[in-house]
Amino acid sequence: MLSILQSVWKMMLHAFRERVTVQYPDEKPVLAPRYRGRIILSRDPDGLERCVACYLCAAACPVDCIALQADETVDGRRYPSFFRINFSRCIFCGYCEEACPTYAIQLTPDYEMSEYKRPSLVYEKKDLLISGTGKYPGYWYYKVAGAAVKGKDKGDGLEEEPPVDVRSLMP
Amino acid sequence: MQGVITPLIMIIAILVSLTTMSAGLIWMERRLLALWQDRYGPNRVGPFGLLQVVADMLKIFAKEDWVPPFSDRFVFILAPAVIMSAVLFAFAVVPFAPGISVIDLDIGILFFLAMSSLNIYGIVLAGWASNSKYSLLGGVRGAAQMLSYEVFMGLSLMGVVMLVGTFNLRGIVEAQQGLWFFVPQFPALVIFFIAGLAETHRIPFDLPEAENELVAGYHTEYSGMKFGMFFVGEYLGIVLISALITTLFFGGWLGPVLPPVIWFLLKTMFFIMLFILLRAALPRPRFGQLMSFGWKLMLPLSLLNVLATGAALLLLA
Repeated sequence: MLSILQSVWKMMLHAFRERVTVQYPDEKPVLAPRYRGRIILSRDPDGLERCVACYLCAAACPVDCIALQADETVDGRRYPSFFRINFSRCIFCGYCEEACPTYAIQLTPDYEMSEYKRPSLVYEKKDLLISGTGKYPGYWYYKVAGAAVKGKDKGDGLEEEPPVDVRSLMP
Repeated sequence: MQGVITPLIMIIAILVSLTTMSAGLIWMERRLLALWQDRYGPNRVGPFGLLQVVADMLKIFAKEDWVPPFSDRFVFILAPAVIMSAVLFAFAVVPFAPGISVIDLDIGILFFLAMSSLNIYGIVLAGWASNSKYSLLGGVRGAAQMLSYEVFMGLSLMGVVMLVGTFNLRGIVEAQQGLWFFVPQFPALVIFFIAGLAETHRIPFDLPEAENELVAGYHTEYSGMKFGMFFVGEYLGIVLISALITTLFFGGWLGPVLPPVIWFLLKTMFFIMLFILLRAALPRPRFGQLMSFGWKLMLPLSLLNVLATGAALLLLA
């Protein structure tokens, strides 16, 4: 009986507590830096696309919302000729970001992407690509892996070290 | 002619202000519950979210008023009207201030008890006519709960009646000029308050409509304004019980400086807020606990209160 009165009293004291509600459109919540929101495609420091169209993100995606088509430039560099994410299916799990070998696909702390029509939620490459490097500013995939240019393979240039053999276990 | 028009205006004024008040209570309850749960509650529509009531009313009037084909149509439609009118009838005897009441019955308390018992017909009929098992269970629970709590609700008021020697509510208020009855009749106040909670089936005694077991209990099948009638009926019930606690134990309209009606409203509001606070704080007991609490604890206590009051009156007389 006393405990009932106690809990009523404690409940009343809650009137003076701070509110937990964030009044959303007026004030915005503070998001964690690793918040998994809108997906973007980032670029290398030289401004070229990081994506090498390896399909790993599409394979990792549990809801199959990523579609892309690989293509090659004249000097043999792979890139996606289209890259499409259907955000009406995306569950923002971040598996694509984990799968990506070049840090190209990244999830950002942005969640305000409501649309009136479902087709508007299908983002094409031009909607996904940003101009910067995203979360990994110094990272440059081709600086590590090397790149073949026309008439010269990786590591064949003057005073160029051979590229890192990623399949070898030796240091 | 004058003898007809004045009561008529009084009736209409009280009716309108009561229904508006109970609609406003929906807003107040949501705001207060939020206050005690560290939230804000409806604060978007209009100043302090007050126009939320208007929005809700518009919505509920525009909803489809659906009568399930498997229901007993006539009774199904009758039940919400029974609930609301029974509560509104009971308000007839409440003296809001000297001269502001619909009728000044000499059997005021008995009339109130009779009308609040009529309420149960609405619940049982609604549960039965819905022809659905959740509704029926809700109706049966409602009937059992009301029957057992009605007994000591009446008994708890007998202490007050013995002190004053009348069933007339105006007489009871006037007898509290010197001392409000919550002092000599404190056990009766507690018992009446608990019985009132059960009578209006509010949390913690909302077993007839326990959401997590019975969907919505006896009004599961109701929609649109028929559901709204149950809702408004429930809030009217809260206002009624609060008004009666004020009248019987806290001196009704009596109080210094402010006009009588304001005093009455302030006291009533306090008890309405207490009802809402209990809803915010307390969980729901099992049905068996509810029944044994009523019969094994509250009934003997209220009998003891009657006994003690009678003994004290005999000794002092």
